[in-house]
Amino acid sequence: MLPSRFFRPFIATWLILLAPTSWAATTLVAVASDFTKPMTEIAAAFEKATGHSAKLSFGSSGKAFAQIQSGAPFEVYLSASEKYPLELEKTGFTVSDTHFVYAIGKLVLWSAMPGYVDDQGKILTTGNFKHVALADPAHAPYGVVAEDVMKSLGVLDKLRPLFVMGENISQTYQFVSTGNAELGFVGLAQVIDVNNGKIGSGSGWIIPDNLHSPFRQMAVLLKTGAENPAALALVDFLKSPTALAIIEKYGFGLPK
Amino acid sequence: MLSPSDLETLVLTFKVASIATAMMLLIGTPLAWWLARTHSGWKGIINAVVALPLVLPPTVLGFYLLVLMGPAGAVGKFTSWLGLGTLPFTFTGLVIASVLYSMPFVVQPLQASFTTIGEQPLEAAATLRASPLDTFFSVIIPLAKPGFLTASILGFAHTVGEFGVVLMVGGNIPGKTRVVSVQIYNHVEALEYSEAHWLAGCLLLFSFTVLIILYTVLKTQPVAHQLK
Amino acid sequence: MTQPITARFQLDYGSFQLDVDLNLPGAGVTVLFGHSGSGKTTLLRCIAGLQQAQQGFLKINGKVWQDTEHDVFLPTYKRSLGYVFQEANLFPHLTVAGNLQFGLKRIAKSSGTVDLQHIVELLGIDHLLDRTPDRLSGGERQRVAIARALALSPQVLLMDEPLASLDFKRKQEILPFLSRLHQQLNIPVLYVTHSQQEVAQLADHLVILAEGRAQASGSLMETLSRLDVPLAQDREAATVWQVSIAEHEADYHLTRVEFDGGSLSLTAIDAPIGSPLRVQIYARDVSIALEAPAATSILNVLPATITGIADDQGGQTVVRLQVGNQPLLAHITRKSAILLGLHLDMPVYVQIKGTSILN
Repeated sequence: MLPSRFFRPFIATWLILLAPTSWAATTLVAVASDFTKPMTEIAAAFEKATGHSAKLSFGSSGKAFAQIQSGAPFEVYLSASEKYPLELEKTGFTVSDTHFVYAIGKLVLWSAMPGYVDDQGKILTTGNFKHVALADPAHAPYGVVAEDVMKSLGVLDKLRPLFVMGENISQTYQFVSTGNAELGFVGLAQVIDVNNGKIGSGSGWIIPDNLHSPFRQMAVLLKTGAENPAALALVDFLKSPTALAIIEKYGFGLPK
Repeated sequence: MLSPSDLETLVLTFKVASIATAMMLLIGTPLAWWLARTHSGWKGIINAVVALPLVLPPTVLGFYLLVLMGPAGAVGKFTSWLGLGTLPFTFTGLVIASVLYSMPFVVQPLQASFTTIGEQPLEAAATLRASPLDTFFSVIIPLAKPGFLTASILGFAHTVGEFGVVLMVGGNIPGKTRVVSVQIYNHVEALEYSEAHWLAGCLLLFSFTVLIILYTVLKTQPVAHQLK
Repeated sequence: MTQPITARFQLDYGSFQLDVDLNLPGAGVTVLFGHSGSGKTTLLRCIAGLQQAQQGFLKINGKVWQDTEHDVFLPTYKRSLGYVFQEANLFPHLTVAGNLQFGLKRIAKSSGTVDLQHIVELLGIDHLLDRTPDRLSGGERQRVAIARALALSPQVLLMDEPLASLDFKRKQEILPFLSRLHQQLNIPVLYVTHSQQEVAQLADHLVILAEGRAQASGSLMETLSRLDVPLAQDREAATVWQVSIAEHEADYHLTRVEFDGGSLSLTAIDAPIGSPLRVQIYARDVSIALEAPAATSILNVLPATITGIADDQGGQTVVRLQVGNQPLLAHITRKSAILLGLHLDMPVYVQIKGTSILN
């Protein structure tokens, strides 16, 4: 009698603690901040479909990269560029050959003011604005692409003095949405109206892919997540039709 | 080693911090004086407002400032009306944001110092024919000297170390609003770790020196002791 | 006597009310006496303008400092006064000289009639001028504070228990300076204290305050011997006589002093004939006899008339007497008063067992 009276609560507690790990697991995901909206929706769908859950940590890709190198417990990494996942693969932080392009980033020249940005982007050459916002090209993929675009249009040197640089694409969006910068280069996901696929407010020009180098966003399974069923399931789920539909809805291109 | 652009951010940072500190002393002194003397019901509220930057995440303050000083914000509309344009992404805007953000570090030591001085020297000065303003300059300021030193050093150091607010309203413009903390962050983000180390080391050395001055040199003559 | 001081104040703090209407002499030392909470310091602060009474009228030497009915309130720094605080309250960042100069620099040159050097010598602080206040003793600090106030050559000198924070020895160190001030400077002094010793030693005029009201106000001698103030009942009750030295009896080591209507023998005093002197006679040292005692060791036996009798309900009777033109208090037991059948206007003899010289 004695053992059962004493051990029953312990066994019960142990079972409760064990329960989530054995039947439905949780995975910790580092997500580039431009992918905030679609990933939130994907995570909800993922949970519904698999029973696993995904905890999302949003931030700049570069920061997540540094954190992973320093032993951060992320299991899946969704970067806004190809550079960081490939670098991690080289240094052995990833499960080999798990990297894949999950989306193609779309850049928009956007202004909070309706009718300010024309659908050809001519404003960049003719406009009389004081600030143009972009993510810092020194480390943010969107900034690199934005510079590419200005270079292609031949306005980079002229516009450089007007740069205000966001730490990441979300902050860049804030600069423009508050009107402090008249216009700026933001992600389509940030300004799209998901109901009709058009720019929701203000005015913008969805920049054609041929004006910049391919903007492939790459994900990778990290070694920390190799044994976690939830991490493995999420990597698969990101390639599922459900996820691809969500990605497309938010204005990202689909991987070819 | 430090690159020219690193040096540029250092110079800019010290320029912002110097001007902001001067402004904080100018605004903070009467404010701290009022807070130390008043029995008004507003005291608690004003105290809370001044202390807000201590507990608020800098990004929150920065975001509010971005909105308020922007073209659609109240402050932005006012500065535009004055013909000054809007303040974010300007040196002036950066100084104003720094003043708001570091104000508690100036007001609180001054307030403590003024409170410690108490009524007595003021009454003595009044009976010796000194007007209130005269008293302030000839009695209060000399007696509150340690408080002023602490306030200046803390205000300056905290402005040098600020990041979140600057990031929000500064726009990271080289030579104009890119201060040293942002530059370090940029180095880290760009994986330029050795450059980041150099600059971070400078900042660490500066902060440590400031704190040593505060806790050793100034501790030798705290306000309370002087009034004994 | 110059124009007097008129002070009327009404002030209500809820738990404490001050309500006084005083006319005070424009010369000599007026002591505001009372226990703590009697309102004496509040009254002094109202006079200085450090506190503003809701209703008030204050006129000093013909100049109105406060008149609430006409919205007049002169801020402290515009009032020609000197104020000595209970704690010396010197400026710690200035030397003694700096403290003395502080007020001096701020008054119009024309109004400076007091010679600073004279004050410094009077208070014996000339060797302290270069020191900072933290290197002064309590007594020295207080002397500097008094000098600092006097340097302004004010219309009135206000002193708030200047000796209260000092020990006995320091008090003895300062009291002579205060007495000298009194004799040498023609500035009216309002002096707050709760010490009967200081009253006896310094006061010319006495105001007794209790619970925010003035119970009595008059010359020291008259006020001390009034039976209607609780002071007369006090164990330490005493009267003070102003006397002058008449004769030295060297053989007996005695000095005979004269007062208005008689003389007293005191232990020898080293002072020239004719010098003025204050003598304090404790009520408990005075006994009453119906006839002149034929044989007694007590030297000072004087004829007197009873001018008042009060019973304290505790077995003690306070008798007020007139000796020559001087009032005198005696504490005797109630039983003695009944056995002797004491009554008003009765001629008696008083035996004075002891006296103390105040200066």
